[in-house]
Amino acid sequence: MIEFPQPDITDTSRPFWDALNQGDLLFQECEHHHRWLPFRDFCPTCLSDKLTVVKACGRAKLISWVIYNTSMHDAFKNELPYNVSLVQLEEGPKMMTNILIPNEELRAEMPLQLRVVERGDLKLAKFVPDFN
Amino acid sequence: MNELTKMRGKYVIAGIGHTDYGKLPGRSTISLNTEACKSALIDAQIEKSLVDALFVKVPTSAKEFMYGQKLAEAMGMRPKLGGSWDQGGAANMALISNAMSAIETGQCEVALVCYADNPRSGSRQVYARPRGDDAVYGWFSTAAGYGLIHRRHMIEFGTKPEDFAQFAMASRRHGALNPKAQLKVPLSLEQYMNAPMQIEPLRRDDCCLVSDGGAALVIMSEKRARALGVPNPVPILGLGQGQTSAELHVRESLTSTEAVVSAKTAFQMSGFQPKDIDVIQIYDCFTVAGMMTLEDYGFCPKGQFGVWSKGGYLEIDGALPMNTSGGLLSETGMPGLQLIIEGVRQMRGVANLQVSKARNCLISNQGGTMHTHATMILGRCND
Repeated sequence: MIEFPQPDITDTSRPFWDALNQGDLLFQECEHHHRWLPFRDFCPTCLSDKLTVVKACGRAKLISWVIYNTSMHDAFKNELPYNVSLVQLEEGPKMMTNILIPNEELRAEMPLQLRVVERGDLKLAKFVPDFN
Repeated sequence: MNELTKMRGKYVIAGIGHTDYGKLPGRSTISLNTEACKSALIDAQIEKSLVDALFVKVPTSAKEFMYGQKLAEAMGMRPKLGGSWDQGGAANMALISNAMSAIETGQCEVALVCYADNPRSGSRQVYARPRGDDAVYGWFSTAAGYGLIHRRHMIEFGTKPEDFAQFAMASRRHGALNPKAQLKVPLSLEQYMNAPMQIEPLRRDDCCLVSDGGAALVIMSEKRARALGVPNPVPILGLGQGQTSAELHVRESLTSTEAVVSAKTAFQMSGFQPKDIDVIQIYDCFTVAGMMTLEDYGFCPKGQFGVWSKGGYLEIDGALPMNTSGGLLSETGMPGLQLIIEGVRQMRGVANLQVSKARNCLISNQGGTMHTHATMILGRCND
């Protein structure tokens, strides 16, 4: 049995993972409207601890990506070649993810739409092309 | 004269030492560090008892608790200050800067700065490690982070594989001529283009070597070196640092770093501008890192590397010879001290590929996935 890498779910990050389980992608915003991912206890811009969570609309664009032709963890062996991509949400925060299309169709700045998918016990925020 | 510019030339690299580079099975990092420090002391022609500070860059592949003190014990030293410092490849120059500050404030007089690691014959797992919670997306390894930057450089500036090849070919040509280099094989464009891509868009020859080895420097004031009769002290004319720090997904831009700030400080301290520099040693863990350093320093217009460097501009017979002993792509994958040591050799006039009439040498160090950066400018020995 190959163990899938597990995120370190803490009191701070649990709301993010719980929301994903409901199909929603959240980011954090402070009282001064700075926004970011991943979850943390203080705003990295103004150090405020008056934070709220905001549900992302799901639209994003592709900033950059790499394609793994070799696996560094057995859990990904059957997915080769797979992409890992950096995307920016329409609301501003950026995150690492996978784009669920053939790698040769990846294009810089391409519009994307959130697709929450199951992976073992987890639900993960991945993206597909947004044709709207 | 301000606080920065009055440091120009006040401190020297008094001695250099290193082990063989490549595969050194059976050697611990303590053993490699000790050999390098011993040879640096011999080079400086000073006794071990004069050393009162030991600044160690922590071994990348196996971080250890109290490593600096273990090394001091192995070398029979009771330094007034020292320890190990974790900052990736920019740590070498950070430690030189720390040594200068400590001497300046009277905390010590003679410092050893050293690094050793054995990932080639030991474990290289650190380079394939999961990158935090994003491992759930298959996000593993040091190289992949540079791949993301490499791709973004191509997107923003239209940088071509041939441009990255041109960078690698310069380092590899010089390494091939260095009898002590780990990889003595020059690189052709065809070989570059046809090599396998483990993590696209990186090609094999975009990536540095994985190497065992140790290296060390002796740092003291110019005045002290003169009093001790150190034979070949090389003055530090400029030193600066900058830290982007942010992980890739929170970084504002993937194609520029605080190398800009680092170089600005080093140039200001030295009084030089990029056009005054005679020879350079640029941290080339990945070709895109070296290329962006040249851009951020103001040598090369952003996104113009291919045109700017064509015709052998960075090669030994070119206008600005770079990585004259082969850099991380060819001499050894060691994270940065070898570049400083080659800079010292150039300034002593004893380099394997000596740049004639070189009066200064600029060196870059950087660490993480371009998280940390440092810049140093050396002047000629006994000038």
